[in-house]
Amino acid sequence: MLWYLGRRLLQVIPVFLGATLLLYALVFLRPGDPVAGLGGERGLPEAVQEQIRAQFHLDQPFIVQYLLYLKGIFTFDLGNTFTGRPVSEVVADALPITFQLAIMALVIETVFGIAFGLWAGIRKGKLFDSSVLVLSLLLIALPTFVTGLVLQIVVGVNLGWLPVTAGRDPDFISLLMPAVVLATTSFAHILRLTRTSVIENITADFVRTARAKGLSRDKVTSRHVLRNSLIPVVTFIGIDLGNLMTGSIIVEGIFNINGVGGTLFRAIGSGESVTIVTLSTVIVLIYIVANLLVDLLYAVLDPRIRYA
Amino acid sequence: MTPRKRLVGLGAFALASSLVLTACGGGGGDDTGDAEGASTGIVTVGNGEPQNPIIPTMTNETFGSKVTSNVFAGLVYYDAEGVVHNEVAESIESEDSQNWTITLKDGWTFSDGTPVTAESFVNAWDYGAALDNAQNLSYFFEPFQGFSYEENTSLIEEGGLTVDDELTFTVALNQPESDFPLRLGYSAFYPLPESFFDDPEAFGKAPIGNGPYVLETWENNSLIELRPNESYAGEREVQNGGVDLVAYSDEDSAYNDLLAGNLDIVTNVPASAFGTFEDELGDRAVNQPAAVIQVMNVPEYVKGFEGEAGLMRRQAISMAIDRDQITETVFSGSRTPASDFTSPVINGWSEDVEGSEVLDYNPDEAKKLWDEAEAIEPWGDEPLLISSNADSDHQSWIDPTCNGIRDTLGIDCEFDAYPTFDEFLDARDNEEIPGLFRGGWQADYPAMSNFLGPIYGTNAGSNDMGYSSEEFDAKLKEANGAEDPDAAVELYKEAETILFNDLPGIPLWYNNATGGWSESVDNVVFGWDSDPILYQVTKSE
Repeated sequence: MLWYLGRRLLQVIPVFLGATLLLYALVFLRPGDPVAGLGGERGLPEAVQEQIRAQFHLDQPFIVQYLLYLKGIFTFDLGNTFTGRPVSEVVADALPITFQLAIMALVIETVFGIAFGLWAGIRKGKLFDSSVLVLSLLLIALPTFVTGLVLQIVVGVNLGWLPVTAGRDPDFISLLMPAVVLATTSFAHILRLTRTSVIENITADFVRTARAKGLSRDKVTSRHVLRNSLIPVVTFIGIDLGNLMTGSIIVEGIFNINGVGGTLFRAIGSGESVTIVTLSTVIVLIYIVANLLVDLLYAVLDPRIRYA
Repeated sequence: MTPRKRLVGLGAFALASSLVLTACGGGGGDDTGDAEGASTGIVTVGNGEPQNPIIPTMTNETFGSKVTSNVFAGLVYYDAEGVVHNEVAESIESEDSQNWTITLKDGWTFSDGTPVTAESFVNAWDYGAALDNAQNLSYFFEPFQGFSYEENTSLIEEGGLTVDDELTFTVALNQPESDFPLRLGYSAFYPLPESFFDDPEAFGKAPIGNGPYVLETWENNSLIELRPNESYAGEREVQNGGVDLVAYSDEDSAYNDLLAGNLDIVTNVPASAFGTFEDELGDRAVNQPAAVIQVMNVPEYVKGFEGEAGLMRRQAISMAIDRDQITETVFSGSRTPASDFTSPVINGWSEDVEGSEVLDYNPDEAKKLWDEAEAIEPWGDEPLLISSNADSDHQSWIDPTCNGIRDTLGIDCEFDAYPTFDEFLDARDNEEIPGLFRGGWQADYPAMSNFLGPIYGTNAGSNDMGYSSEEFDAKLKEANGAEDPDAAVELYKEAETILFNDLPGIPLWYNNATGGWSESVDNVVFGWDSDPILYQVTKSE
């Protein structure tokens, strides 16, 4: 197990280098000159533009910029944003908020998704099952920004039940609505995955055997059906943690949350390559860690996988 | 996993308590004013993160300028109508409109206690103008004697700025500029305390000014707290307990917060609410022209627009655009059709400058002119291109504009899109634009000259069309040198007539300031620069 973990951790290094190089190349190859657009319609004086370019190494060839960026990472100096804030500070500010939001969304979608999916699977074809299926279809079809804006106006503005925006120092209450919005699509996916998986397992031989042994219905459901049905769901949730990070770009915009998504969105707008690459790299790292966790969870759920 | 359990438990409690709180209704105020009618509430205003450190000569965008204009006091300030009042200045005088003697009022101090002297201005301007300091607004010092874009110079050493005594200094310009005093309320001309020069970087994060407010805290990307400045000595008396500038990344969320009563003032209504906000806010809505004009420029190098035929084509295109209809349907009335080259909030604006009838929708005349031009020199089969960046919504008006041109003139017309704003700027600056192109101009100070000189003067900083007219330059110079402001306005109008005759740019519409405020604030007035006058907003609670 430890060997496995170590090997997986070593894999992070090439992935990290490849991802940053790719991201840096993409940002660099974007046509146009972000500095030229900084001053709005009138543009900044040429001297000012040159000074900014020099400060951010934008006047250097691509590979030099990238190496300087790598050097910065290893010396814990990520450079500054165009506004002069250290990027590391920006990331440190944004990450905990997005993490809180993502965890809340993850809990919401997992708990409700599995519960609804299990219930629907067990009572396949009944009214609850069909109505839940319709609901999930609807949720999958609706884009996040639609659910976000509608909820914001109905629940926030008209009913006044929850804060309209999260703003600074977001607490649990102000993050609740954004988390629900962020969770909706994945909730529907988890629900459907669980349901299908439950339906498959419920007719499996081992379940019939367990029943035949005289185990109670609840025990069969929780020990045998649910546990085995969770394997595809866990895979999905692992990948989804990364999606929650990127999905936060829209949700954080709508609810004015200063997390990774909102910051990334602004950085893309102003063409701040260092901030974009750094934040994207953080997201890549989260993907990698999430995948690692999924693989470890597999081993817990299904001992057969453990020594493979 | 105990944290999860704790999170859920905490959440249930928080949810319950918040429901109780909202059930009670009514937003709780921060202060309770004891005196009758005292306004001590903190006014919350939707804003965003300033792009640059808060140094006056660095601040060229609206988020940062809401800070500088309230934290600093310049020689003059503008009231809501754009009228100039002396603030720190006792007098600004000149006999030839070229050499200006500025006398300061006594008794002004910065919020750190140091006095505001002639040196506070002279050193700040000298710093702002120096090439090495790379200040965004350095171009404001272009008219000063000794200014240079080529080498690092000091206006003080070159004689552009001279300190006469503690409260008097002299400015020497390269040529007469009668509207010079009008500019001095702009952020490029604010004074700086001595502490700035010790550590500009630290100052940019915690500026010290002499204005009606002090900057108390600045939490990046979320909040800037402005509180009344006890040592402020001017007329802009603060009527509230302070201002919180709340950063929003999205205009929709700020507007929804306003509707829910969580925000007092919104300075930009999102496009999605243009059609509804006046109904939703009633008399708490603002929709008035701003000091911003949108034009379609005609680069000199584009084929088909030269000579007499070219002029007729420009006139034909202008008359083929139904400005009333586009501003009403596409912009839901959040734009005002243009009737000149300036803006209705500027003193001297008028609807009947000679030659302005070319802006009236007149399809028959347009077609006639186009056909006459065809007789002189055929246009060919090429479509007419209108260039703009596509990263903000320009297609919505370019398409109907093109439709009008197509229907009226019988030629093809297309939106020539550049993916990003900076690519568009790049093409513009490299003279690669293949047709007409969008141009927008926001005034820095309320004067007609600011709309004419920088855009249409020969080789002027923002003359991207390459327009050059000796007649226009001469008229502009004459107007700049005029001693009497009213006479200057008449001369500027004559300069506009020259523009209408040449039509280097086709005026389209003025952007409106769209905004609104909540029921808990009063006395909200949006000024000529589309920003609310914050110091006079009252909020009792």
